[in-house]
Amino acid sequence: MSAEQPHLAVIGAGPAGLAAALAAAGRGVHVTLVDSADAVGGQFYRQPTAALRARRPKALHHQWRTWRRIGEALDRHLAAGHITHLPEHHAWCVEKHPDRRRDQRPDRQPNPQPPRRFTVHALLGPEQETPVAVPADAVLLATGGYENVLPFPGWTLPGVVTAGGAQAMLKGALVVPGRAAVVAGTGPLLLPVATGLAAAGVSVAALVESADPKAFVRRAGRLARRPDKLVEGAGFAAELLRRRVRTLVRHTVVEAHGVDRLEAVTVAAIDAQGRVRPGTERRIPCDTLAVGHGMLPHTDLAESLGCRIDGVHVYVDDEQRTDVPGVWAAGETTGIGGAALSLAEGHIAGRSATARLRGREPDSHAWAAAAKSRGALREFFAALSAVYAPPAHWAERVTDDTVVCRCEEVTAGSVREAVGELGAGDLRTVKLLTRAGMGWCQGRMCGAAVAGITGCREGAARRLLARPVPLGVLARAGDAEDPEDTPAG
Amino acid sequence: MNPMELAEADPGPAFTVTLDGRDLSALPGQTVAAALWSAGVRSWRTTRGEGRPRGVFCGIGVCFDCLVTVNDRPNQRACLVTVRPGDVIDTQDGTGHER
Repeated sequence: MSAEQPHLAVIGAGPAGLAAALAAAGRGVHVTLVDSADAVGGQFYRQPTAALRARRPKALHHQWRTWRRIGEALDRHLAAGHITHLPEHHAWCVEKHPDRRRDQRPDRQPNPQPPRRFTVHALLGPEQETPVAVPADAVLLATGGYENVLPFPGWTLPGVVTAGGAQAMLKGALVVPGRAAVVAGTGPLLLPVATGLAAAGVSVAALVESADPKAFVRRAGRLARRPDKLVEGAGFAAELLRRRVRTLVRHTVVEAHGVDRLEAVTVAAIDAQGRVRPGTERRIPCDTLAVGHGMLPHTDLAESLGCRIDGVHVYVDDEQRTDVPGVWAAGETTGIGGAALSLAEGHIAGRSATARLRGREPDSHAWAAAAKSRGALREFFAALSAVYAPPAHWAERVTDDTVVCRCEEVTAGSVREAVGELGAGDLRTVKLLTRAGMGWCQGRMCGAAVAGITGCREGAARRLLARPVPLGVLARAGDAEDPEDTPAG
Repeated sequence: MNPMELAEADPGPAFTVTLDGRDLSALPGQTVAAALWSAGVRSWRTTRGEGRPRGVFCGIGVCFDCLVTVNDRPNQRACLVTVRPGDVIDTQDGTGHER
């Protein structure tokens, strides 16, 4: 690679990161693709791990043809050395350097190459202990999202898994969680999870969706702008019918039952206000509950860089730039909207970064098609997220003895006491008083729950580091005199 | 149809690992969590406070519910760690440092 060639670090190899990497690498930028998984694709394009040698990897895959096109283009760029893929690299911090060209000391030899503006710090492998530093001139955050799971009595029992988790284990490892499942919660993800589990031989006793079909009708106009997405949904609905999966709409999980593992769930109908309709409870035996209430964006790296966060997602402009110069963001981290939107955003971000790294004003006409698609999809998902909002009053059904923070085993009762008796008025104080959110996952699993139970406003959680980091790694993190020397560079 | 048949998987030969001294069969490429699920095991640690059983929850390395001791190293995320022939897997009590 030539000395002048700009370096773009793309963090995350899902749809947004891949689209961005391809857009930039095809236009003369060297891309380092930093990703925590052992293979590219992210959650959406997750496929059976290579060693399982699946001859029909597309059996549980979505949008296989798009994926093949992306995969083939990526292979060409990897072979040509335009893209360096760093798998199993868990990024924990992006460091922004001051402009060292200006404050270089006169007694030092001038650096033949100006230093890169950013260093991406990552930990290697599943044990995440070996540090790696990746230098870059610009950074593109494509860190995706994770599932929002709201608590209910029994949700910590083994056998209760997130809907996305059940799908990830199925698609990646070709294993199913049990024999009889209920899929529950709200959101479009529940459909592929229920059909996937059924196709893989699990008896899916019910798909329990809290949303009201009437809400779709009220937003029919806005939803009809993406008929392809509606057809996709109808396809899943037909598949559920064919596999005789009972769908209960306007229903919610009230409780998961079992002693040391899940044995059954109780579901019930909810009224227009989101309250359980008395007398509608029914108990469904099952060994698996796959549950989810939509998605939340991963914003940790953006926060550590000081990027503006709007509500729970990273702010970006029309070019997918954050408000920190040199930092772009695309995909779920900028707002939940699925793979097609992530592809469009990634493409725009990659092209914008390419032009700006060369000191040029980008020509937005060049990505007009992607921008049009982005606009329509954002509108579609805004309407969809209104339909699939978690049922109001869910927090009232969380009993005082229900664990809310899974890591620290903090109950809803403790959280309520912190607010009602100890006077906590914000999430930070609740955290300090109860330890909810102080455990390993740093509140990713309980943040929304604690906000809902306390009535405190949910903002982006401020985390200094994006994942747990060994103290020795932290102590040495500033030591790299010249990050250019690291092997990843 | 099971998922292996559905995707027409043709993994290399199975190998043996142990869970609390008991032999289990695992496949190349599987994570520890996948190997345990395949063997019908759903929980492999107990919590520090209440001693409650836990296994996989998020499945993608976000939640830390699936912590397990692998080859005497506690607090490994079973959903991320690939299983190797001869691995000694132990259910983990509490912090995993109290054994």
